[in-house]
Amino acid sequence: MNLSLRKVALAAGAMLFAGQLMAEPKRPECIAPASPGGGFDLTCKLVQSALVNQKLLSKPMRVTYMPGGVGAVAYNAVVAQRPADAGTLVAWSSGSLLNLAQGKFGRFDETNVRWLAAVGTSYGAIAVKSDSPYKTLDDLVQALKKDPGSVVIGSGGTVGSQDWMQTALIAKAAGINPRELRYVALEGGGEIATALLGGHIQVGSTDISDSMPHIQSGDMRLLAVFADKRLDEPEMKDIPTAREQGYDIVWPVVRGFYLGPKVSDEDYAWWKDSFDKLLASDEFATLRDQRELFPFAMTGPELDTYVKKQVADYKVLAKEFGLIQ
Amino acid sequence: MDTLGYLGQGFGVALSPYNLVTALTGTLIGTVVGLLPGLGPINGVALLIPIAFALGLPPESALILLAAVYLGCEYGGRISSILLNIPGEASTVMTTLDGYPMARKGMAGVALSLSAWSSFIGAFIATCGMVLFAPLLAKWAIAFGPAEYFVLMVFAIVCLGGMAGDRPLKTFIAALIGLFLSTVGIDANSGVYRFTGDNIHLTDGIQFVVLVLGLFSISEILLLLEKTHRGQEAVKATGRMMFNFKEAASVFTVNIRCGLLGFIMGVLPGAGATLASAVAYMTEKRIAGASGTFGQGDARGLAAPETAIGASACGALVPMLTLGVPGSGTTAVMIGALSLYNITPGPLLFQQQPDIVWGLIASLFIANIMLVILNIPMIRIFTRILAVPNWALVPVIAIITGIGVYAVHATTFDLFLMVGIGIFGYILRKLDFPLSPVLLGFILGGLMEQNLRRALSISNGALEILWSSPITFGVWVLTAFMLVLPLIRIWRKRAVARRAIVDV
Repeated sequence: MNLSLRKVALAAGAMLFAGQLMAEPKRPECIAPASPGGGFDLTCKLVQSALVNQKLLSKPMRVTYMPGGVGAVAYNAVVAQRPADAGTLVAWSSGSLLNLAQGKFGRFDETNVRWLAAVGTSYGAIAVKSDSPYKTLDDLVQALKKDPGSVVIGSGGTVGSQDWMQTALIAKAAGINPRELRYVALEGGGEIATALLGGHIQVGSTDISDSMPHIQSGDMRLLAVFADKRLDEPEMKDIPTAREQGYDIVWPVVRGFYLGPKVSDEDYAWWKDSFDKLLASDEFATLRDQRELFPFAMTGPELDTYVKKQVADYKVLAKEFGLIQ
Repeated sequence: MDTLGYLGQGFGVALSPYNLVTALTGTLIGTVVGLLPGLGPINGVALLIPIAFALGLPPESALILLAAVYLGCEYGGRISSILLNIPGEASTVMTTLDGYPMARKGMAGVALSLSAWSSFIGAFIATCGMVLFAPLLAKWAIAFGPAEYFVLMVFAIVCLGGMAGDRPLKTFIAALIGLFLSTVGIDANSGVYRFTGDNIHLTDGIQFVVLVLGLFSISEILLLLEKTHRGQEAVKATGRMMFNFKEAASVFTVNIRCGLLGFIMGVLPGAGATLASAVAYMTEKRIAGASGTFGQGDARGLAAPETAIGASACGALVPMLTLGVPGSGTTAVMIGALSLYNITPGPLLFQQQPDIVWGLIASLFIANIMLVILNIPMIRIFTRILAVPNWALVPVIAIITGIGVYAVHATTFDLFLMVGIGIFGYILRKLDFPLSPVLLGFILGGLMEQNLRRALSISNGALEILWSSPITFGVWVLTAFMLVLPLIRIWRKRAVARRAIVDV
């Protein structure tokens, strides 16, 4: 009796111990490397609620903000100051990878963190006002070919940002140097929409989600979306891709998370496992749709390969456009 | 008629007991968050979004909560400006100019209640404006492109010329320092890093909160320490907490003018409360002319920026609701919150979800009234801050300031930068440089540069774009008028003087 009780206690203890080993990290925190309200904030908030709803975490993660250089400040802080903290997730986007590729992340490169998961994507798009003379992507490319200075293109970032890159890809398609474009650097999708509607710019190089309210109200049209195939949403299925118009431009803006470089394999596996479960659930799909993100689920080594290839591709593009030597 | 019907329906939503409690909670939280220097409406709203979502509040209640927090923060922000000379946010810089001197004169309670009243009138005017013109205004606001904004900034800077007072050279240098500080960080056009010294913490430039708290809070702490050493004269509050009828009447026209001005500035996405309060203050100073004691505790100098801030805070909701374009940082966060509820602000919102829009507008009215009622009895508590001895006050301000900066950016670099800027600000003060032009140069200069470069990249370098549209032309005329106004006044004064001599 006594013995068996001890056995039970021992077994229970062992189970507890085992449970501890694979338990959720203490004080989980999601760092959004930007000011509140932006895309990074959105990414953190998405998994913050989803992880609790799916019972993968018992308490919601804290969301903290660490703005600076599309994630550069947070990247450096995590790599240098808390590389082994299993509870710290940091949001990243394709924009972070692009800046990494251009060496704008300080002394660190893409091999310095553990890429954990990609949870969704958005796609670049080319918008015009509904009364614009350009009906197709080809109309725009031909106009640029004839006279690069005849079209004012606005987008949501500086030269070298991801919004600029998708504009540069069109310039490349037209066979002109992207630096010859009449390019206006605005801030975010909202400003692009106002500038387009106010007639201050003629073409907006933007993001599909930001444009949808204006497309539905009939004020704006999309010449092309830079997805690999037409998007599977009732209001988006009529928007042509650049590919089907003969221009091979695909520009996804992926969003996801990484962990510090010295996070243990067990903790990394726990997170990977949790994200795998999360990304497969229907409820997550609903939450993701609410935030206007499209499916893009990838975790673990597969993601690591994707990120490294992406950074390598961006490096080639950046060199081609004269952004890095 | 249609509008009134919708508004009535909106009040029906907002006046339900549940939503009234929500609004009350929101205003309370907002006031407290706004009270802490460094924490403004952006933080208040960002903090509450996950909570609102987690509590499962229905969309209209969540929106009411956020709007109440937003207004509450704007209300709370003034308290540290008036009592401690530390502007909680960019927009309340102008409030310190006359609010703090009023408090030093022993009229802290009057200053607080009068500013609450002014802000209420401003918000009231703006909310009425919103009800009447929101969809129309949205169309008008998009006519403002980079060139128009640039000219608007020139106008604002010319208005601020009047700030120079008796130290024109020092004011000018201070504004230039601000202008220089605004160039640190990534160049918004070419993506090149400027003056960052390869430090990634400076890639996004100097954060406003760091600058404002360094310049005002840290340097104020240093000054307080110095005074403590020498023994400092205590401020005696008169005991009167409420403004009297005479005071309210004397600023009433100021309230109306600045309310309209603030609303218009608020509607323009990107102009916002800072510009509105600065222009309002300087315009009123010009109008008051020699009869004013602006800068030494003139009630009009307090009422003008406060009315404009109240009005522009509400005005900023117009582009958010009608265009889906945030008019300020806070409305950007609110758009994020709306998207959580699958509500996309934009041209269709008024048609598709009128109950939400009008519920929000109605709750703005209610939150404003609540704030006045809540704040006036609390003034007695707030003014006690002045009676706190420096040995206790200084460390508390230092701690709150530190928390404010760290909470927003979570890096220690910003704390060091803040202290560095604070020491610099202390030296400037000792040399008798005014500090507000540094801040205004920082904000307006940054916006002006950005818009000028955008305008010129649109026109491919042709300068005509800066005066060819009717709006730009109109603003230039206003600017010229502002420049000529003091000359006319001097000329008149001389004419009067000459006549006086002749009479003798």
